[in-house]
Amino acid sequence: MKVILRNPRREIEIRGRRRVHGLLAELGLPRESHLVIRNGTLVPGDEELDTDDVIEIRPVISGGM
Amino acid sequence: MKCRTCRGPAIIDLPRHNANFCAEHFLQMCRRQVEKAIHDHQMLNKSDRILVAVSGGKDSLAVWDILIDLGYQADGFYVALGIGEYSEESRGYTERFADERGLKLTVVSLRDDYGYDIPTSSRATGRVPCSACGMSKRHLFDKAAIDGGYDVVVTGHNLDDEAAVLFGNALRWDVEYLARQLPVLPSRNGFPKKVKPLIRLSEREMAAWCVVRGIDYIVDECPIAAGNKHIGFKEALNALEENSPGTKASYYLGFLDRMAPVLAGIAASGADSVTPCTRCAAPTGGEEGSFCAFCRLVERSSTHEPVSVELILKKSRSRKRAQSEVAQS
Ligand code: SF4
Ligand SMILES: [Zn+2]
Ligand SMILES: [Zn+2]
Repeated sequence: MKVILRNPRREIEIRGRRRVHGLLAELGLPRESHLVIRNGTLVPGDEELDTDDVIEIRPVISGGM
Repeated sequence: MKCRTCRGPAIIDLPRHNANFCAEHFLQMCRRQVEKAIHDHQMLNKSDRILVAVSGGKDSLAVWDILIDLGYQADGFYVALGIGEYSEESRGYTERFADERGLKLTVVSLRDDYGYDIPTSSRATGRVPCSACGMSKRHLFDKAAIDGGYDVVVTGHNLDDEAAVLFGNALRWDVEYLARQLPVLPSRNGFPKKVKPLIRLSEREMAAWCVVRGIDYIVDECPIAAGNKHIGFKEALNALEENSPGTKASYYLGFLDRMAPVLAGIAASGADSVTPCTRCAAPTGGEEGSFCAFCRLVERSSTHEPVSVELILKKSRSRKRAQSEVAQS
């Protein structure tokens, strides 16, 4: 699957199927500071992601005050 | 995963509520949290004229959207800070949001209207950029609210923002800041009332609100924010949250509930006298006949030759490197 990461924007390719939680853990990204989006829709932690999915992992922490 | 309310397929899991929600019931949960914050802290009335301080980021666009959704009358106010591409993009997101919904947005540009931008003012005054930025924004929000006859200024500070600031204040035991860290600042001495309706909602929830509602916002960070202390506090609190969901909410909301009343006397004793600035008439703590801090900043910054954000970032990076080399040696 294609995974789009942000800040800065970049793309990586992950081989095989994954659950959302598993994918975040594998990339070392905390669940509390990220959302996982597939085709413009949020996907919850136990959702199975397919090999041909395009996934955006969006960080949600902002630093401005 | 199933929605807690309707048992339909969930789109988000919220460990701190020990629940999952579908899109519809997630939005309902968010609206209820905002209504509860507004009600518990007497933030807003339906007849208030509200000015929302918007930045093009998720929180300020979400709070504007939620208030309109709940039937409040809210206009937007945006300050173009002149922080390179980041500012141009964030302005675009803000203007599109307002246009698409037919909402009233006022834009003030530091460069066009006051002759400076944040990188230049940082260099001209020797302040760190966030301090020049925060001071400029505060002054302009206050002025826009007073001049426009608004009853209250709304900002998009969320639970994570407030918990991180609380954490920083408590690490330094800055008792005065702790005493004043409240979600409502009443209007006084010519300053408008200011409220934070998102204090019961996390950052992740606000980003999710935007995705579900189809709100495009600037995901990229202000380049100046990268690696600052505030982000470090948020990461530390999120590490605790991950192991023990609900930690951030009980930390900050428990502070409001049980600690803020204890500190109330200290907050009240800080009510100092003010005089109007001789240039712009804004209330200022300085002596009679003096300029306010904003007018002093404008005077120094607008006569300085423009400085790019890249230059400011290069300087702060090399300063950090020098500090860490000193620390290691
Ligand atoms: S991170 Fe600092 S400079 Fe950037 S918008 Fe926020 S306060 Fe301004
Ligand atoms: Zn539901
Ligand atoms: Zn002034």
